[in-house]
Parts: sequence; structure tokens; C-alpha cells
Amino acid sequence: MIEIKNLVVEIEGNRILNGLDLTVNDGEVAAIMGPNGSGKSTLSYVIAGKEDYEVLDGEILLDGQNILELEANERAQSGVFLAFQYPLEIPGVATMSFLKAILNAQLKARGEAELSTPDFLRRVRGAADKLQIDQDMLKRALNVGFSGGEKKRMEILQMALLEPRFCILDETDSGLDIDALRIVSEGVNALRDGKRSFLVITHYQRLLNHIVPDTVHVMSKGRIVRSGGKELALELEASGYADYETEAA
Amino acid sequence: MSTEAASTLPAARLFPAEERLVEHFRNLKPDLPDDESGRLRRDAAIARIERDGLPNRRVEEWKYTDLRTLLREAAAPAPRPDARVAETARADARVLAELEAVRIDFVNGHLVAAGDAPAGVTILPLARALEESHPALADFDAVEVARGNALIDLNTAFLGDGVIVHVSAGRQAGAPLHLRLVNRGEAPFATAVRVLVIVEKGAALTIAESHEGDVAAQPNTLVEFVLGDGAKVEHVRINAEAAGALALSTVTAMLGAESNFRSVNLVAGGSASRHQVFLAYGGENAHATVAGVTVISGEEHADTTLVVDHAVPGGESRELFKTVIDGDATGVFQGKIIVRQDAQKTDGRMMSAALLVSPGATMNNKPELEIWADDVQCAHGATCGELDEELLFYLKARGLPQAEAAALLLQAFVGEALELVSDETMREAMNALAVKRLENRS
Amino acid sequence: MPAVQETIEHVRTLDVDQYKYGFETHLEVDKAPKGLNEDIVRLISAKKDEPAWMTEWRLDALRRWVTMREPTWARVNYPPIDYQELHYYAAPKMNAAPKSLDEVDPEILRTYEKLGIPLREQEILAGVEPSRRVAVDAVFDSVSVVTTFKEELAKAGVIFCPISEAIREHPELVKKYLGTVVPVSDNYFATLNSAVFTDGSFVYVPEGVRCPMELSTYFRINERNTGQFERTLIIADKGSYVSYLEGCTAPARDENQLHAAVVELIALDDAEIKYSTVQNWYPGDAEGKGGVYNFVTKRGDCRGKNSKISWTQVETGSAITWKYPSCILRGDNSRGEFYSIAISNGFQQVDSGTKMIHLGRNSTSRIISKGIAAGRSENTYRGLVSAHRRASGARNFTNCDSLLIGDRCGAHTVPYIESKNASAIFEHEATTSKISDDQLFYCLQRGLDGEEAIALIVNGFVRDVLQQLPMEFAVEAQKLISISLEGSVG
Repeated sequence: MIEIKNLVVEIEGNRILNGLDLTVNDGEVAAIMGPNGSGKSTLSYVIAGKEDYEVLDGEILLDGQNILELEANERAQSGVFLAFQYPLEIPGVATMSFLKAILNAQLKARGEAELSTPDFLRRVRGAADKLQIDQDMLKRALNVGFSGGEKKRMEILQMALLEPRFCILDETDSGLDIDALRIVSEGVNALRDGKRSFLVITHYQRLLNHIVPDTVHVMSKGRIVRSGGKELALELEASGYADYETEAA
Repeated sequence: MSTEAASTLPAARLFPAEERLVEHFRNLKPDLPDDESGRLRRDAAIARIERDGLPNRRVEEWKYTDLRTLLREAAAPAPRPDARVAETARADARVLAELEAVRIDFVNGHLVAAGDAPAGVTILPLARALEESHPALADFDAVEVARGNALIDLNTAFLGDGVIVHVSAGRQAGAPLHLRLVNRGEAPFATAVRVLVIVEKGAALTIAESHEGDVAAQPNTLVEFVLGDGAKVEHVRINAEAAGALALSTVTAMLGAESNFRSVNLVAGGSASRHQVFLAYGGENAHATVAGVTVISGEEHADTTLVVDHAVPGGESRELFKTVIDGDATGVFQGKIIVRQDAQKTDGRMMSAALLVSPGATMNNKPELEIWADDVQCAHGATCGELDEELLFYLKARGLPQAEAAALLLQAFVGEALELVSDETMREAMNALAVKRLENRS
Repeated sequence: MPAVQETIEHVRTLDVDQYKYGFETHLEVDKAPKGLNEDIVRLISAKKDEPAWMTEWRLDALRRWVTMREPTWARVNYPPIDYQELHYYAAPKMNAAPKSLDEVDPEILRTYEKLGIPLREQEILAGVEPSRRVAVDAVFDSVSVVTTFKEELAKAGVIFCPISEAIREHPELVKKYLGTVVPVSDNYFATLNSAVFTDGSFVYVPEGVRCPMELSTYFRINERNTGQFERTLIIADKGSYVSYLEGCTAPARDENQLHAAVVELIALDDAEIKYSTVQNWYPGDAEGKGGVYNFVTKRGDCRGKNSKISWTQVETGSAITWKYPSCILRGDNSRGEFYSIAISNGFQQVDSGTKMIHLGRNSTSRIISKGIAAGRSENTYRGLVSAHRRASGARNFTNCDSLLIGDRCGAHTVPYIESKNASAIFEHEATTSKISDDQLFYCLQRGLDGEEAIALIVNGFVRDVLQQLPMEFAVEAQKLISISLEGSVG
């Protein structure tokens, strides 16, 4: 279970999150929707531990432990995974090497034995096949020259490999055509196991047709202004965000 | 990186060039009533040249242009021309004749006429400024990386005349200024003109500089810009000196915060030239664009040397230089981008491209980066080679004869840098001069 | 691919600021008195049992050297070197030249064991593919202690021996080629080397022979206050091929040690020489105390048509590196390559690059340089590409990238590009960048820690060059890169 309590965050003196409260239960898929600039991406970065943000108040509890004190890599090791809206390119580092480095880092942190090379390759291939990622792509430098869709699939591949406790998908649908959206969504749905929690951040309802949420939260001006079931997303699609932008002002 | 340098150090003895210069200096009867500090500046400058000698190819910054050799026949400073000569020279000046501008005319290095300054602008003859010990003189030598440079020292020692242009805060000079430097005469002579341009906070100025004449003159011009915060300056310089001329020139600019400086130089005349640009970023987030086009042939030699000094955060610089070399001519480009420790978020890009269009042509490129800050984006590129065979073929396949196809490609090549001139009249005049030079080659 | 992981593993097991080759070997040593004069030169020549012509060659060099001045154009600073305060000859005491490994001092053997250099042929053979065997010439201070696989190489006609032996056994080859690429008075340090060089490797690959294994020399400076002045000469005769590797280490000492080597390569028609270096001399401690001054002249002469010389270097050690492995592209269609990774951390100063001198028609060259500066170090790339009038159709491509880690270091690029031929096409590009915070955060988010993330990104940055190294060297180099950057993130 992840609990966010009264989170107040600034960047360069501008308040972005303003007393945000949110709970995502075990096995729950929570969607966060909201207009541009409402603080959705900031929330994902703050949970993952990006340094540029100043947390002035509040706490983020992962299974009861406050993770705000942890470094970004320690949060990752304790099971927080962020699928980036804009995955980074790392020139010269073959995707396969990167996958092995991160998987072993995490296994080691958990005190588990590293995978043998054949086991590792089997695992990557299995996950890659499901996401229609071919071997050639795994040999290329990470995300360098990948299309938008390829980058997003690569994020989900990493998510599948690392088996995180809590997954954040930041605008994962942006830049995806309908086929890619389907592949990515199936990849995510396959990881729903009744225990793992998800936070799906999106501007549009479209993604939620594929990854059906248990709860939907509307964010505006740095806080959650309304919560409901999956029907709330449809309602927003019809009415737009205009009400919320004024409502919270 | 010549390894021979190991065994030989610059000699302290004087060569013919230094001997002549020292003699000319002794004979110098300056027209300008120097104040005390002016005299001291002159003496100090000539003393440095006497002590260190002129830079030669063993001096790193002069590796490709040996000033000692170029000035072997250093000419005496030109006397003030009589009124009739000055009038004829002004009437015959052709470069940028079509430009509507406030003209400031120098003949043989002496200020002979200045138009009425537009509102917000003052044009002060340097002689008067020196007489009055004008406070603007404090803005001389503002750019640190330029200090001690031999051309500047020579200009200081032999300073003949000049102007100080001042644009008041927030004023947009209504018309461009046009500095016309015309050289007339039979025998070679030297000139040393100094121009200081102060553009205060938020003010804007467009200024052109043209150099032409009918004599193998040896001009050494120093133009210094001081830009206040948010100031904007567009500067073009055209070297259309007569054959045989040795054109030495320096432009320096001290950039205030968020100021914008643009300078484009065209070398379309003279036999030898060295054009130096020194830029210093004094305030944050300033932007500079420096460009140049050089078209040379025969035995000509043209050197462009640039130093960009980023000392404060957020500066942006863009440099683009194009050189076309025909005959047995030699082109030189030296460009150095310095990013000091505090100059985080600097973004500097420099490109020098040269086309060698004859078997005897030579190009020397030395693009340097000197970086002390980690959060920066800097890049430089340099290419040299001949016209792209494939492009030529493509144009020929469309029916163009070889010569026309080549001309078209060369024009496009230099045009890319001249496009950076935003004043249309200036841009077209420069283009026309470049095209004429390209046509006259070989 | 797994090497990246190995790198990270390696970093994890190491203490920060630990130069792992910094140990000292205690031996009885035969040393020349301090100082440099004609007597010392004669002494060195006598120790090496050299013919008179060689002694004269050395004396000539010394006489020139005393008239020369130390160069100052490189971007390096160091206190004046007192050349009279050094020993110019130091050798472990041995009764005679060892005939086999059994006669070599076990302390020395243990040293190489600790350094991971295999000197016993049977050990090398065990479980290794024959094609991956490497012949080693081990140079300890001023002498070569052992050269492996000599017999087997001799069967193929390849001569691989210490240069002191070559001077005695193959004078006709040495006379014909020594000093023809780097002339005696080429530069201050090369002239010094010509006077006092003590050992190094000699390789001759005869016409049409592809050297059956990789050759390597492992240099170790052990003795205090000694200079090491090795001299290497490699000749690839027509149509031959050889790949040569060079490794260097030295004990951690407070005082600076001087290393001034000369390497000459000669490739005749259709021959190819591939020369790889992993330079890991002691860089000095975290305060900048001690470390090796590495002033090296390396030059290859592509003397024949279609010849090729390729330099690959990984420079992580030394307090000062002054080194420009170059190619004279004399033969038509000859090719020169320079691949470099130069890493500086702490107070290290690197001024390194290459010269590609195009003399022959259609000669081509390629330069890929990756400089990484961290700590308070200075890292300069200095390079010359020139085309002479005759060099029609010459081509060069240069790519020179610098990466800065931290804001107290400097990265500089000083290229000289000189073309006297219209049909020569030169392209040069250089960039400077840093590891972006976003890249770093992305890696951290996946669970890597700061140093792991930097090692990973840096290894990606230098990948183009690492790929040029032979496999074993590439793995070693990757480890070194990570170790060199330790402590670079706060």
C-alpha cells in the first residue's frame, strides 16, 4: 500500500503540489487525471526521488515506510518504478547491458543471487516477445534512435523485468498509435497480480479503456480535487477539465 | 604543436619590421592632443613591441600569420589629407553607397566628416574626447582577453583618429551609422583608427564599417563595443581595400546581460588581412552571432582569429565562417571558445568551412575549446575540401554548364553566412561584392 | 556486454582512491650513479654490451640534447625536473641474462603474477584458444626480464626480443630503421631517450607473414628516482600484419617518476600494424602528490603503399601525460587511425592527441578521441591533421568529444587542420558535454547508485574506442575507467 499524506512541493520557489493526499491499496490500479500543469508529472518525480524538487511537508509511505528520506536508487530498490513520459537516451550503452546492470543491481540490493547469463537472456527474451521487442532493438544503444512507441515498450519491458512493488506510468499513452497502445497496455495488464499497485497518470481517458482502473482521481492545482470509480474518467472525457481549473482556483 | 619549438625561443633582437615601427613612432607628430594617460598608453604599447618583438609564427596565436614578415615594409602613418583630397575621396566612395545611413567618414585614417547624429545618439570625435579626458574613455580596453594583443598595441601606439559613439539607454538609433574608411594616395601609408561604441541598457544600433581605397595602405582599425543590459547591436564590416593593401582589424565586444551582438565580416579586398574578434560575456544570458566570409585568390592571405570568452552563466554564441580559396592563396581560421568555471549553461557553437578551388590553395583551421564548467554544450566543427562532386553533377544533369554550376554552389556556400546580416541593403551589397569576387577569381 | 556489469562489480569491491598496482617490489638492484653525462651514456651502452656504432649514436643524441630546451607549449604544469638527480639505469641484479624463467628472480615473477601478466607459456596455454595467446616481453625498470613464445614466433620468422638483444643480434635491421621515424633530435624528450634508452621491445615481421599471436610488452617502473626510457621499434615488412599491446604500471611513490619513451613503427607496402596501449602509470595520490611524468613520442610511418597503422590508447594513469601517437601517411592509399580514451581525475594533467600527416595520394585517416575530466584535472586533446600538396584525395574524419564531471576540472580541444590540397577532404567535429542530470536520474530510478550510473554512462561514451581494443584489453580498460573515476561524484 502506498499512502501520500499532505504532500507540499516546490520547485524554484513555485508551489506545484499543495497538500496532496492519495492512497493506493495493494493490487489497486489508480488513475490520476487532470489538466496540463496540474502537477501530475511532478507527483511522479517526487515519488521516484528526483532531486530538483523541494518537499516542504508531508510524507510518502510505501508499506508503512517513509521513502522521502531515501535516494532515488534506494526507492527503486524498494520497489518504486517510474515509467518515464520521456525515457532518456544513453548513447553507447547497449540495451541488453543496461538491462543486466539494473536487474543485477536490484537483485543484489534485495540480497538475491544474480541471474546466470542464460537465465537472464531467457527472462529478457520472454518479456521482450510479449511486447514485440525484437532482438535487434536489444542490441542497440538504450533508447537511442528508438521511436516513441519503442521507447514506451522498453519502459514496460524494464518494469516486467524488475517486478516492482509499485508502478507509476507517467503519460505512457502519449505518442503511441493504437497498436502500440494495445501492446503496452497488455504488457501492463499482465503485471496486475492482485498485489502490485499502479498509479496511471494520463491526460486522456483513452488509455483507461485498455488499462481499466479501480479508482480515478482528478488533480488540479497540486491536489486531488475529486475521486471516484472508473466511470469518472468517462465523465471527464465528456465534460473536459474546465470545471476543475476554476473550481480549485 | 610544432616539436621544433623545443629548441628555439623567440629572439629578443629587433627585426626590420620592429626597427621601422620604432622609427615611425619616434617621428610621429600626433595630430591628437593626447592627455597624459593617452601618452602613457602609447609609450607603454610601443615599449611592449620593442621588448617582445612582433609576433611571428613561433607565437601560438600567430602560427599561421607572421606579423613580423607582413610588416617588414611597415609604412609611415599617413598625414591628414588636404580638404580637396578628402572631398574627392568621399565623393568616390562606392561601398554601401546605396545605404541610407548617417555617415562618418575617414580619409587616410583621419576623421573628415560626420553626419548629424540621430536622436539619442552622440558622435564624439576622439580628438575632442581625449582633450576633455571624456569619461567614456574608461570603456577603452574593456575586453580582457584582447589585452596585450599586438594589433591593439600597434593601434594604441600609432592612434591617429577615431570617434566615440554613444547610444542612450532605451533608444533605438533611427538610422544605421556608416563608418566609411577610404584610403587615397600613391605610396603606401599606415593608418590607426579607433572607434568606441557604447550602447546603453536596452538601446539598439546598426552600424556598418566599409574599407576601400586605391592605394596599398596598411590600415589597423580597432572597433570596441560595450553593450549595456538588453542592448542590441548589429555590426557589419566590409574589407574592399585595394590590391596590395595589408588590412589589420580588431573588433571587441563586452556584452551586458541579455544583450544581443551580431557581427558579420566580409573579406573581399586587400592582399593580406588579419581580422580579430574578441568577445567577452560580462552579463548573464547574452547572445552573440559572429560570422565571416572570405574570398581570396592569387597570393592573398586572409586570417580570421576569434576568441569568445564566456565568464558568466547562460551565454550563447554562434559562429559561422566561410572561406573560398583560389590560386595560391592561404586562408586561416583560428577560433577559441573559452568557458570559465562560473559560465554554467553556456551554449557555444562554432563552425568553419573552407572550399579550396585550386591546386595551390591552402587552408589552416584551428578551432579550439577551452572548457572549465561542466554544465555546458559546446561544439565546434571545421571542414575543408573541394566542391561537392555529386552536387556539381546534379546541377550539370539539370543542364547547367560546369562554370555556372560551380558559381551557383560557391554563392550558396558563402550566402549561408551572409544571410546572418539582417539589414537587407547591407546583406545584398555584401552578397554582390562576394559574388563579384567569386566571378573574378582565376 | 557483461563487461559493463563486471566494471560495476569491480567498482563495488574497491576502496576509493586505491591504485591497485601501487605496491613495491624489493630487490637487489644494480644502479648507475645519479646524473647524466657522457660517462653515464657509455656505462649504459657497456651494460648492454652494445657495439661502438650504437654508443656513438647515443653520444650524438646526448650532445644534441644538452643544447635543447624543454618544450613548454603543452597545457601541463610541473616543477622543473632536475635531470641530474635521476638514475638513468636500474636493473635487478642477475648473474647473467636469464635463459629461462627459472633463472628469473622469483620476486620479479611474483610481481608480474600480482599484476596479472602471464609469463609462463604453459600457464597461458591452459584452457585458452591458441589464437588468443599473447607473447609477452616484460620490462622491469631498465631491463627486459623475459620474453615469452620466442621460439614459436621464430618458426614463423617473427623476431620478438628486447631491443638490447636486437642491437646485438640483428644490427642490420636496427641500423636500417632505428631513428628513421623519430629522428634523434626530433624533440627534447625523444633526444633524451635516444641517449639513455635502456630497454624495450623489437619486432620484425617478415614479408607476407601474419604474426601468429598478439605481442605485448609490459612495462613496470619499480626503482625509486629512476627514469624509464624505453625504446620500441616495430617493423612490418611487405604484406605482413602484427598486433601489439602495451601495458604500464608503477608503484605508488611520493616523488615523481620520469618516463620518456620512444616508439617507432614502420609499415611497408600492404603491411598493417595495430598498436594498443593501456597506460596506467601511478597517477599520484588524492592531493596530487607523486605520480609518473609520462613524456612519450610515438610515431608510425606508413612507408609503403596500402599500409596501415592504427593506434588505440586508454590513458588513465600518470600525473602528466604528454603524448601524441602519430602517423606519417607516406604511402599512397595508406591509412592511419587513432582511437583514444583519456581519463583524468584528481590532479592529473593530460595533453594528448595525434598527428596525421598526409603525404601520399588517397591516404585516409580517422581520429576518435574521448576525453573525460573529473576532479581537479586538466584534459587537453591536441591534434594535427595536414595534407601536403601531393596528397590528392586525402581524407580525414576527426571526432573529438569531451565529458566533464564536476566544475573544477578543465577539458580543452586544440586541433590544427592544415590542407594544401584541394581534393583533400577534412572533417572535424568536437563537442563538450556533461552527464545530464536526467540521464543520471533515469539510471538511479532503475536502482543503480551514483558511481555505477556514471561508470555505465561513461562506458557508453567511450564505447566507439573500446571496440577497437582486443577483447582482453577492452575488459581491463573498462575496469580501469570505472576505477579512475572513483570519487568523482560527491
